[in-house]
Amino acid sequence: MRRSTHARRAACAAAALALAATGCAGAGAGGNGGAVLSSSWADPQNPLEPANTNEVQGGKVLDMIFRGLKRYDPKTGKARDFLARSIETRDSRTFTVRLKDGWIFSNGEKVTARSFVDAWNYGANLRNNQKNAYFFGYIDGYDEVHPDNGRQRADTLSGLKVVDDHTFTVRLNQKFSGFPDTLGYAAFAPLPRAFFTDHAAWVRKPVGNGPYTIESYTKGAQMYLKKWDRYPGPDKARNDGVTLLVYTDSNTAYTDLLAGNLDLADDIPAAQLKNVESDLGERYLNTPAGILQTLAFPYYDKAWSRPGAEKVRTGLSMAINRRQITDTIFRGTRTPATDWTSPVLGAAGGYKEGLCGRACDYDPGRARELIEEGGGIPGGRLTVTYNADSGSHRQWVDAVCNSINNALGDDRACVGNPVGTFADFRNQLGGHRMTGPFRAGWQMDYPLIQNFLQPLYYTGASSNDGAWSDEEFDRLVDRANAETDPARSVALFQRAEEVVRDHMAAIPLWYQNGNAGYSERLSHVALNPFSVPVYNEIRVG
Amino acid sequence: MPEQPYEPEGAIAGTGMGGAMDLGASEAVTLEGTPGGGPGQGPAGRPRSLWSDAWRDLRRNPVFLLSALVICFLVLISLWPSLIAPGSPLSCDLARSQDGPAPGAPFGYDGQGCNVYTRTVHGARTSVTVGLCATLGVALLGSVLGGLAGYFGGVWDALLSRLTDIFFAIPVVLGGLVLLSMVTSTTVWPVVGFMVLLGWPQISRIARGSVITVKQNDYVQAARALGASDTRILLRHIAPNAVAPVIVVATIALGTYIALEATLSYLGVGLRPPSVSWGIDISAASPFIRNAPHALLWPSGALAVTVLAFIMLGDAVRDALDPKLR
Amino acid sequence: MGRHVLRRLLQMIPVFVGATLLIFLMVNVMGDPVAGLCGERACDPATAAQLRREFGLDQPVWRQYLTYMAKVFTGDFGTAFNGQPVTELMATAFPVTVRLTVVAVLFEVVVGVTLGVVTGLRRGRPVDTAVLLATLVVISVPTFVTGLLLQLLLGIKWQWIRPSVRAGGFDELIVPGLVLASVSLAYVTRLTRTSLAENRRSDYVRTAVAKGLPRRRVVTRHLLRNSLIPVVTFIGTDIGALMGGAIVTERIFNIHGVGYQLYQGILRQNSQTVVGFVTVLVLVFLVANLLVDLLYAVLDPRIRHA
Repeated sequence: MRRSTHARRAACAAAALALAATGCAGAGAGGNGGAVLSSSWADPQNPLEPANTNEVQGGKVLDMIFRGLKRYDPKTGKARDFLARSIETRDSRTFTVRLKDGWIFSNGEKVTARSFVDAWNYGANLRNNQKNAYFFGYIDGYDEVHPDNGRQRADTLSGLKVVDDHTFTVRLNQKFSGFPDTLGYAAFAPLPRAFFTDHAAWVRKPVGNGPYTIESYTKGAQMYLKKWDRYPGPDKARNDGVTLLVYTDSNTAYTDLLAGNLDLADDIPAAQLKNVESDLGERYLNTPAGILQTLAFPYYDKAWSRPGAEKVRTGLSMAINRRQITDTIFRGTRTPATDWTSPVLGAAGGYKEGLCGRACDYDPGRARELIEEGGGIPGGRLTVTYNADSGSHRQWVDAVCNSINNALGDDRACVGNPVGTFADFRNQLGGHRMTGPFRAGWQMDYPLIQNFLQPLYYTGASSNDGAWSDEEFDRLVDRANAETDPARSVALFQRAEEVVRDHMAAIPLWYQNGNAGYSERLSHVALNPFSVPVYNEIRVG
Repeated sequence: MPEQPYEPEGAIAGTGMGGAMDLGASEAVTLEGTPGGGPGQGPAGRPRSLWSDAWRDLRRNPVFLLSALVICFLVLISLWPSLIAPGSPLSCDLARSQDGPAPGAPFGYDGQGCNVYTRTVHGARTSVTVGLCATLGVALLGSVLGGLAGYFGGVWDALLSRLTDIFFAIPVVLGGLVLLSMVTSTTVWPVVGFMVLLGWPQISRIARGSVITVKQNDYVQAARALGASDTRILLRHIAPNAVAPVIVVATIALGTYIALEATLSYLGVGLRPPSVSWGIDISAASPFIRNAPHALLWPSGALAVTVLAFIMLGDAVRDALDPKLR
Repeated sequence: MGRHVLRRLLQMIPVFVGATLLIFLMVNVMGDPVAGLCGERACDPATAAQLRREFGLDQPVWRQYLTYMAKVFTGDFGTAFNGQPVTELMATAFPVTVRLTVVAVLFEVVVGVTLGVVTGLRRGRPVDTAVLLATLVVISVPTFVTGLLLQLLLGIKWQWIRPSVRAGGFDELIVPGLVLASVSLAYVTRLTRTSLAENRRSDYVRTAVAKGLPRRRVVTRHLLRNSLIPVVTFIGTDIGALMGGAIVTERIFNIHGVGYQLYQGILRQNSQTVVGFVTVLVLVFLVANLLVDLLYAVLDPRIRHA
């Protein structure tokens, strides 16, 4: 087993670098040392507070050290009660949450109603700069705690009330029947008292109530998570621990996996996808995830909001050969999109295959006609803006442009416009400086059709970067949110989605899968619908 | 910077400084005493003798002839790429992605299904333009500033020396990442401008050192005693004799600017589409090194040959200009 | 000598201020970093405003610069966006990069100077031509191509080395150090060669040979000592460039050093990280230059500092 020794030595060496050196004893030495796996990671961009983590890398850790009221099934994505015994409502506005007995944090403290209420108040409070604060925006009193401008008038959400140790109530400022299903998101995790009493120490080494505990954490290098033996939940870790190793580049992580220095690489770069079969064979995962890539448009630009522009957008959609791009560039790790949600929702959850209809089929002839009918591409040339600093955006944008160029028979009809950094890209979006379509990727926060529509297309919503606005859409979403019957709610959302289609508010490109490769030491490796490995299920050896 | 204003040794010490872009600058150290240095030559009266000697040498140097030939060819296809590669470099068909050589595409196809041959030929123009313009800008700005500082000395010299240090202290790649990440223009000018901005101190130091050495020669003193104006002395007597090291370093730097453009593209801040350049193609092909090495090989090869040609040209010119090595 | 050093130290001050101000301005021109902190959505305006206030981004640039510099002199380099003090980042990043630089400089000195001496003494012979050509090829291929190629061949195809660096020990840094040094190495070779060939013809060498000194002694005591002056200059100033220019190498080989931190800092437009690291790099550059300057006096007795 050359590979296993390699990986172990590597974990050990990395821990030695960590100066703290605590990880080495746990990972490398001892009788059970062999059951620790190493996994690729990138440095989280924000401190690991639950309401402050908004990207996958930090989310990976939170998923290992926290368990919330609900948990999304790693296979189906369905929200299941976890710490919650029940969440009840009569009017879709006031919810009573009852907790299960026996849950504790890894420092021994009991998980009570207060652990949740304090955590949510902290997350919503403007003073704490939590970047996911808006998740608490549905709760009554949010605008007092987190006003858009002016002085903050309260420190706690008036909508949260502790009834007893195991019960609390939530009152929302509007009807939202899907609310309980959003509670599996990491921002809603409970927090121990230590978080508030010694915050600096907690951030250095977070303490939660999940199946793993953080044994050592060296920012920028690695984190060693150890199995928590006293974990009270049903999903105990099947391995002894996980070492997350920071890589500068996903390509390097993949080469390290091939060289036997890494057990699990969960973001295989597009350039290597052609080799995964021969390199890894069965040890390669390609699992649907709740990620949709689209091209959005700047509706603050008159050229794109004028009547007839929807024909141009539909034409552009039909000029993109999705199938060829997903096959050639992405090697089947993306699937051509036919609606504006994701297959992981399932038909009951609101995914509707083919909702887009002919508008998402490749038809160069019809595309040319439509674009001409709609008055041609504004300005004569299409620039597709994207951030060039991560992922394989450049490859697919170039491919999309080539596809459009070939369909229109003009070499220079479409051209990519890379922006150097993500921050600058966001700046340009925020400053409404786009003149053509731009990359809009959406990774779901929770598996609800609402999450694929409202944040992106509702008037003034946080991710509605193109400033699209449609009264009918807004009205349908409001009705869907107020609807208590899940099936009827989903149907209303789908009607709203049809409005998006009829205006071609954004061109859906493809559903993105999560993918990962792993070493021969591992088995039972799977990715959840959020494209995060289900670490606690992995067996080593 | 090590040297003091007015210290003659400073001319020696001052040249070799610099960062990654300071390529070959140090080699020019050896040149500084040369103009007019040979015994029996009357430099003031025959400032051209050095050049005609050099030209005679160069004509007989096979290295020079070869590199000059390559450069001529490059300039030719930069001006008229369609001569040898008809077809558009922007016409790509994903169905041919990473295909091998085919009729009309002797170098095969890249990841996007573009014709590698066509793109390599058409990429010459951008790369050569970037190299030439950046070198021209750097040489002009650097030798004017450095020359004036060297000639007038005093406060100006001290100021300029500190300014040169400031620019040297900033790592080149880092400066490129910061400055070019905000650029939205699709032309070559931002990249050229950045190279000039961070490249001029290299030439300026050499020009300054060179001028300081030449300034002390008898013929300059004589001209001054005869009442010649500063402008006349600078243009007629100093410039022709001090320019040799600048030319040498500039020729070598030209190659490195072309290579730098590729590195900037690799970091995502180089030229932007729809520009066609070797840098763009190399960086686009580098992730596919395992599956489609040909897409990486050809533009890299073209780039290496070009850089090589310019460096060898610079080498040959230096050897020819340096009587001591004859 | 003491006065000279003092004067040099004083001259460093304007350069230090100028260089830090320049990088500060450059990073600031990049725009508002807060927009990139909230993922694929707009930060809510209240949080964004508060973050800006906290990082001092709502102040005019000159005041930001002054505040920052005042803090730097008390040893406070600010905080990165992930809540980590920049000094902490430096403590992890600099040791690795220093090791990498040491490896690179060793390559330059040992391999570069040796090749330079060999070719310089055998000018025009086949070995000279071969080495010269090899250096040209090294110079003309971009570093990232060399790096990726070596990683693929040595790391994956032949499995001689680990394709990526984990702990950052000297053993792991040999190939990355070679890649980082490659271009400079080629220059050192050529520089030594030129310098040597030229000094061989000088009077003092002829005198030494005429005196009947053994060839070995002539080469080491007389020739090499004088020929190394430009080489030392080059290497001395190259140290700063190597440390700051390792962005590409560190990225390819997964080294969490200065280059990596700078790259991340720029991508996230984290001015505190970028300016902090560059400030230290500027200091390294200035000190290296000073040392080189003092070394002249040792190597060349003709140069005496007043």
